Amino acid sequence: MKAFEYAEARTEAGVLELLSAEPGKTELLAGGTDLIGLMKKMIVTPDRVVNIMEIPSLKVIEPTAEGGLVIGAAVTLDDLLENDYVREYPALVQAIRGINSMQLQAQGTLGGEVCQRPRCWFFRNGHGLLAENGTLAAEGDSRYHAVFGNQGPAKFVSSSRTAPALIALGAHLRVLGPAAEDESFLPLSEFYRAPRQAGQREHVLEPRQWVTHIVLPPPGDQHNATYEVRDSEGPAFPLAAAAARLELAGGVVRQAQIVLGQVAPTPWVSQVAADVLRGLPVTPATAEAAGQAAISEATPLPGNQYKVQLAKVAVKRAVLLAAGLETGGF
Amino acid sequence: MAEVKYSWPSRDDSRVIGQSVDRLDGLAKATGAAKYTYDINPKNLLIAKALGCPHAHCRIKSIDTSAAEKTRGVVHVEILKEAGSEIEFQGELIAVVAAESEGAAIEGRAALKVQYDVLDTFTSDEDLAAAEQAGRTSKAGGKAQTEREPGDDDDEDEFIEKEIDRLLKESAHVVEGYYGVDAITHCCLEPHGSTVEWKDGKLEAWLSTQNVSGTDDGFARDLELTADDVNVYCEYIGGGFGSKFAPDYWGISAARIARATGRPVKFMLDRDQELKIAGNRPSGYIKVRIGADENGVVKVWDSVHWGTAGFTGGGVSHTVIPYVLVPKNYRRNATAIKTNNSQARAWRAPNHPQACAMSQTAFDDLAAKMGKDSYDVFLANLKAGNVDSQQQPAVYIAEMEIGAKLIDWKAKWHPHGKGQPRGSIVDGLGMALHTWGGVANDSTCQLKIYPDGGVESFCGTQDLGTGTRTVCAMVLAETFGLKVNQVKVNIGSSKFPNSGASGGSTTVGAVTESHRRASQDALAKIFDLASQELQADAGSLEAVDGMIRVKGSPNQAITWKKACARLGMKPLEVSASHKRGDASPLSSSGVGGIQMAHVEVDKETGVVKIKKFVAVQDQGLVINPKTCKSQIYGAVIMGIAFALHEQRINDPQTGAFINAELADYKLPRLGDVGEIVVELYEPEDQRSRGVIGNGEPPVISPGAAISNAVCNALGVRVPVLPLTPQRVLEAITKQASRA
Ligand SMILES: Cc1cc2nc3c(=O)[nH]c(=O)nc-3n(C[C@H](O)[C@H](O)[C@H](O)COP(=O)(O)OP(=O)(O)OC[C@H]3O[C@@H](n4cnc5c(N)ncnc54)[C@H](O)[C@@H]3O)c2cc1C
Repeated sequence: MKAFEYAEARTEAGVLELLSAEPGKTELLAGGTDLIGLMKKMIVTPDRVVNIMEIPSLKVIEPTAEGGLVIGAAVTLDDLLENDYVREYPALVQAIRGINSMQLQAQGTLGGEVCQRPRCWFFRNGHGLLAENGTLAAEGDSRYHAVFGNQGPAKFVSSSRTAPALIALGAHLRVLGPAAEDESFLPLSEFYRAPRQAGQREHVLEPRQWVTHIVLPPPGDQHNATYEVRDSEGPAFPLAAAAARLELAGGVVRQAQIVLGQVAPTPWVSQVAADVLRGLPVTPATAEAAGQAAISEATPLPGNQYKVQLAKVAVKRAVLLAAGLETGGF
Repeated sequence: MAEVKYSWPSRDDSRVIGQSVDRLDGLAKATGAAKYTYDINPKNLLIAKALGCPHAHCRIKSIDTSAAEKTRGVVHVEILKEAGSEIEFQGELIAVVAAESEGAAIEGRAALKVQYDVLDTFTSDEDLAAAEQAGRTSKAGGKAQTEREPGDDDDEDEFIEKEIDRLLKESAHVVEGYYGVDAITHCCLEPHGSTVEWKDGKLEAWLSTQNVSGTDDGFARDLELTADDVNVYCEYIGGGFGSKFAPDYWGISAARIARATGRPVKFMLDRDQELKIAGNRPSGYIKVRIGADENGVVKVWDSVHWGTAGFTGGGVSHTVIPYVLVPKNYRRNATAIKTNNSQARAWRAPNHPQACAMSQTAFDDLAAKMGKDSYDVFLANLKAGNVDSQQQPAVYIAEMEIGAKLIDWKAKWHPHGKGQPRGSIVDGLGMALHTWGGVANDSTCQLKIYPDGGVESFCGTQDLGTGTRTVCAMVLAETFGLKVNQVKVNIGSSKFPNSGASGGSTTVGAVTESHRRASQDALAKIFDLASQELQADAGSLEAVDGMIRVKGSPNQAITWKKACARLGMKPLEVSASHKRGDASPLSSSGVGGIQMAHVEVDKETGVVKIKKFVAVQDQGLVINPKTCKSQIYGAVIMGIAFALHEQRINDPQTGAFINAELADYKLPRLGDVGEIVVELYEPEDQRSRGVIGNGEPPVISPGAAISNAVCNALGVRVPVLPLTPQRVLEAITKQASRA
């Protein structure tokens, strides 16, 4: 670990005063479960770390006037699991449960979960996020890499497990900075990006921009779910995942949001899968068709063809669960 | 004093042996009071961190340590590999930085400037043709045996070739299979390393080791000292599995740095270094043809296998192929492959887990081909005497019967691929069997009985977490008629009398030998003293419930304390030893065991789950059923790990070991292991053999048993372990495209 300065902010405004305008010089510290590991391996080497865990406004879970929910970035995953309002969003609860580690749930925050860095083993072994302009993953072992949206140099997968659910549910981020007076509400679906050049991050925040809250619209009728294909009950990342939110009326799907996780450099919103469902009842066959449609956009690398099948199954099962049906699998 | 006849009490006469006793150090471990090497922090300590080579194959062009030396907090830099050295695997330690804190050491390490000439790498150990083309292979032995002998004029190879062909042609059933197991690492939770300190020219070393009594010489040799100038301590160890027998070059480096700086030094490997350089198990892949008669009795086996034990070549020994079930006619040949990986180390039952997974899968495929119950095919081969094992076929058969009941085999069995699916989930059963030696190692126990009745033993053994301490105390308590908490066991120091390294399942035999012998010798002396007071023949006495009493007349007794008071001023000191290989009434060797797995497979995702796992194991006389069973639970979990999760992944482009982190190096969690049922097989004919180690045998069968269960579920063999979702789906797809 590189020697660094530890700073602690007590207010939202105080954070900005401590953040540098130069990329990589300062990092926010929430639960630290991801950041500290990255610093120990010197993948991230900030001069200053800014703790945001002592800011009271970041610890709230509050209903909004419209019937939605505001969640502070420093709320722990455990607190979310225990909250009655959050229970109205099954897709989110299922995603957090899936993390399956008391330690991570007790220490990790929702802000940190959404902002965590990719697990790509080339990145984590010091080759940078694009890992030699994508060649390491394209020509090397890519079993856990992207099968969608991977034509550019970014081949890693977005790691957040709550993001597919949050995007399907229509979440926004409240972002502050870079200037003291700057406040914006960014749809989470526009937060992530596949970087094209070395040095770019996997999200659109500029230095001195940061996330204070996650804002959810009203829960609606709760026809939403997350399904993850996991090879272990431990805190291992899924091989593929999907979140689905359905608006059902008269037994048929009026609107659908399908978002895949762990398959692309960003959470992957599948419009084609949603389109297939519109106007149809949810059955194993229509859910399968949605999965099939989703993978029509897949572009697997030589080493990860199998993930296409997993993506299909994840979509199918998320849709079935959202409609309250059995998945037929684990 | 009459000559002491060493023996174990009968089942009925045993008061402590055979009872489940909690580990004596359980509480200390659970509360953190137990001090592991990592926890030893002498005053003024320096922390050492080493730079591991980032490349799988390279030559060091230059090393510049000047910036590292100038880093704040850095006290000493030592180069381990000079410029010009060829490095043949990723992670090899190049230079060490010792500093005032861990952070400073890591920063100093990052400031080391090393230039490399990167060389070609080869790590594709599964691909024999590629290895041959790369000139990386060498013959690794083999053997052929046929019932018919070649005539005097026959060319032997030609004869064998013809004979094997003939036997295969005449077989009612022929199976051609491909199976394998990837390399895994030891992945000790506590990495390798030591904390060392020089005191008056002598080295004090707290070393995470399986070999307390043997590593003082290890340090001494490399530091040009004598073993009496080195004390090694290891009270607790966080995993070794066969990889922690020596100080290793990083231990020696720690001692050198401590000498150079005059300060204590702690040098533990980083997690990735632990996985990359501190121990791995060779991979093995096999192509085999077997021929069987109409009853499934295998008549001929013909195999070639290959694999790697790292940059030196090596692999799975041919001597254990085929495994336990061995037909009368066989030919086996092995090829070693040199890959750019660190050299393998002994891993729990070296060679056996891979051999089992590469052989008994073929027997299961034979059952599948015949549409027969795998249990019946295993049984037919045992009954036909197709066995090369350190245990008797009859014992396996008895153990299979027990296992079958516990897993409800007959009711749950269905022919391969013919189970009733629930949605996309299918279930299946599989079994395997194994053997191991487990002979008692050398061990000396020094025993002190104090005039106040205190009992204390000293023995240079180590407790790998398996309950060695507890077993020693149980033996002493049994002999003296005391409670386990009334005796004190001292282990984990090379100052204590020599006891063998804990490898090869040799420890429980070793320490129970020395502790029983010493305690029986001491008891005879106490009996002599007590006999005067009791006015009875020493031979008529027994030690029970804290009393020395006359057999058959329990009122004629004095307390243990009172008997010991007769020692006078000085404690009674007794030493007794066992020598490995000496015949003894207390221990022997050669065990067997059978294991059965019940799995579920999700055909759409390829995910495999263990529903239930049954292990039936014999190990002679069981001292402590609780720790004995724990050992088997742990082994089964470790087996599930390599069957479903664990693998070393070398990036094919760079040769890098890219999953050398616990986040990426997959291991099962409690939720992944299903219900594990352990049955200790200890009828009188096994118990009377004395103590035999069981540390390794139960880890052998899980790979084959689980692979067979998955094959039974799917009707498709997923050839290579671990059975990841990727591999399961690929096998299903391949089968579908063939059909
Ligand atoms: C062994 C292991 C297993 C894991 N398994 C999982 C898993 O199964 N699923 C999973 O989702 N995660 C997993 N993680 C990753 C991670 O620890 C969690 O996602 C956690 O929720 C991150 O939250 P944190 O508060 O600890 O984040 P931190 O480590 O504090 O921060 C993570 C990143 O986000 C940035 N950040 C934090 N807060 C903000 C903010 N408000 N605005 C802008 N940037 C911010 C930080 O600077 C840092 O770059 C695992 C981690 C480990 C070590």
